[in-house]
Amino acid sequence: MTTYRDAVRTALQTLLREDERVFFMGEDVGRYGGPYAVSKGLLAEFGEERVRDTPLCESTFVGAGIGAALGGMRPIVEVMTVNFSLLALDQVVNNAAAMRHMSGGQFQVPIAVRMATGGGKQIAAQHSHSLENWYAHVPGIKVLAPATVQDAHDMLLAAVEDPDPVFVFEHQMLYGIDGELDTSGTPPSPWKAVVRRAGTDLSIIAYGGSLHKALGAADELDKVGISAEVVDLRSLRPLDRETILDSVRRTHRAVVVDEAWKTGSLASEISAILAEHAFYDLDAPIERVCTLEVPIPYAKHLEEAAIPQVGRIVEAARRSMGDG
Amino acid sequence: MTLDIAGDHALTLLRDMIRIRRLEEKSAELYSKQKIRGFLHLYIGEEAVGVGAMHALREDDNVVATYREHGQALLRGIPAGEIMAEMYGKANGCSGGRGGSMHLFSAKRNFYGGHAIVGGGLPIAVGLALADKLRGESRITACFFGDGATDEGEFHESLNLAALWKLPVLFLCENNEYAMGTELSRHVADRNIANNPPAYGVPADSVNGMDVVAVERAVHNEAELVRETSMPRFLELKTYRFRAHSMYDAELYRSKEEVAEHRKDDPIEGFQAKLFDEGLITQADVDAIEADAANEIADAVDFAERGEWEPVEEITRHTYARDLS
Repeated sequence: MTTYRDAVRTALQTLLREDERVFFMGEDVGRYGGPYAVSKGLLAEFGEERVRDTPLCESTFVGAGIGAALGGMRPIVEVMTVNFSLLALDQVVNNAAAMRHMSGGQFQVPIAVRMATGGGKQIAAQHSHSLENWYAHVPGIKVLAPATVQDAHDMLLAAVEDPDPVFVFEHQMLYGIDGELDTSGTPPSPWKAVVRRAGTDLSIIAYGGSLHKALGAADELDKVGISAEVVDLRSLRPLDRETILDSVRRTHRAVVVDEAWKTGSLASEISAILAEHAFYDLDAPIERVCTLEVPIPYAKHLEEAAIPQVGRIVEAARRSMGDG
Repeated sequence: MTLDIAGDHALTLLRDMIRIRRLEEKSAELYSKQKIRGFLHLYIGEEAVGVGAMHALREDDNVVATYREHGQALLRGIPAGEIMAEMYGKANGCSGGRGGSMHLFSAKRNFYGGHAIVGGGLPIAVGLALADKLRGESRITACFFGDGATDEGEFHESLNLAALWKLPVLFLCENNEYAMGTELSRHVADRNIANNPPAYGVPADSVNGMDVVAVERAVHNEAELVRETSMPRFLELKTYRFRAHSMYDAELYRSKEEVAEHRKDDPIEGFQAKLFDEGLITQADVDAIEADAANEIADAVDFAERGEWEPVEEITRHTYARDLS
């Protein structure tokens, strides 16, 4: 068994060993070993040129990563958390995302940016956001959300290999989870959603940290005779419409789980896709289970109430079944 | 003071300043005819900066510029026709009509734009220099930006990072005294912009940006020091924009008298007068330069007029390496 944290580290090691264009930078990724201990030991193995501790200047070290990518390197940039990444949004939106298009295809930005996202650790309003949807809104970049140990590894390899800028969101509650890691085969496409649990009565669509809650809810539902299918989005941009639609056309009911605030969320986008393309297949209104419209509170009971939990997913599913 | 410059090189510098000015004048004219749209920022008054600096750099050095970059693009070797076609929005423009006036690019000439977000190009320059350092390349990265960019956090962060990591970046501050419409003393606490970089370990100097020979010499010296030491340096080029910030600007923030005063220091007229004084050029030389520039610009307009519009069906091209839809 391997932890999610170790799977990311294994991918970083493989990339640094196999491609001399790859280097890794971010705040405290070197001597400290990474804020989530992901990069422990990498500085000793690869040295200060290729594992670079940056000053606290998100906009400029992300921009420097973009510049290095333009200059032919394959930078991997770690931004400690999605909330800090807001300081780098100018570089992401105005440079990384636009460069290929506004240069008429002359330049590309093959950068991979990793960051932690999500709540659940009582670190309050400024450190618990899920803002993946802000990134997924922007054409020109791609967004991945690995929810499993295997994906944590494979998706980073795919992100670095990709000729476009790829942003990888690692839910902070997942770094410690265990799972199987197989590095021998060819990984499945990171851009496709997968059905993590087959079911017939309704589809629960989730990603990242919420996937595990969706699976927990499916277990609960099973006990009351409801067969829930669980779809893991995996890629947030591009969204794999086919897999989502295929599932809902079979089950005729949809519960979308997203740790972002409901207003303007990816859950809203998926609901719109279902309304546009599967309206006549639906037997019940679409349910969205999102974070309440409030800055994430510190107190444990309030934080738990704010973000999606198994209980709320179960309730939504039962409402969808006409059983609420 | 004598110029201490070879006659043919003096002529080249004069020619290039005139080429830029005529290109800009024609652009303004075509803007009023609605051939060029969007934001158009003219370099008129600042030609000595672009010409002196671009002549001081090596051909394979990287260049990152601002939205007022027609001059640098032209001297980097992007043909005037491709620049004009880009401003028209035509497919034969240097960015395929997707960039416009503010986003001129040329991969084969290491010309990395054309950036409209003030200060946004500085981290890119730092990253380009990092890539070169990691690969052992000898080129440097020259990064142009205005006085307004020195207000931005990215300016301070980029100086710090370039110095910390010992990266070969030449920071070239085109100080035209206005951050759009806000005069220097109203947007920086210390009007002497060159005071800032030494605090980050970046040596800084200033030069009269209306004197093309002084600019070329200063940029050359700075560029070679950056190359030798693999350390960033900063040069302030003191200049002045004769025209409005963009074509939307009613210039309510400065007086006609102020502009007229600066126009007495016209970099082209001043240089031309000096060259006459020193007997380095004749009226026939100037006439030939003007005729060549007029032909070049006429050809450029013709190239743009003849260009095709990108088919709308191609609109999503170049968003990703491979179409995702």
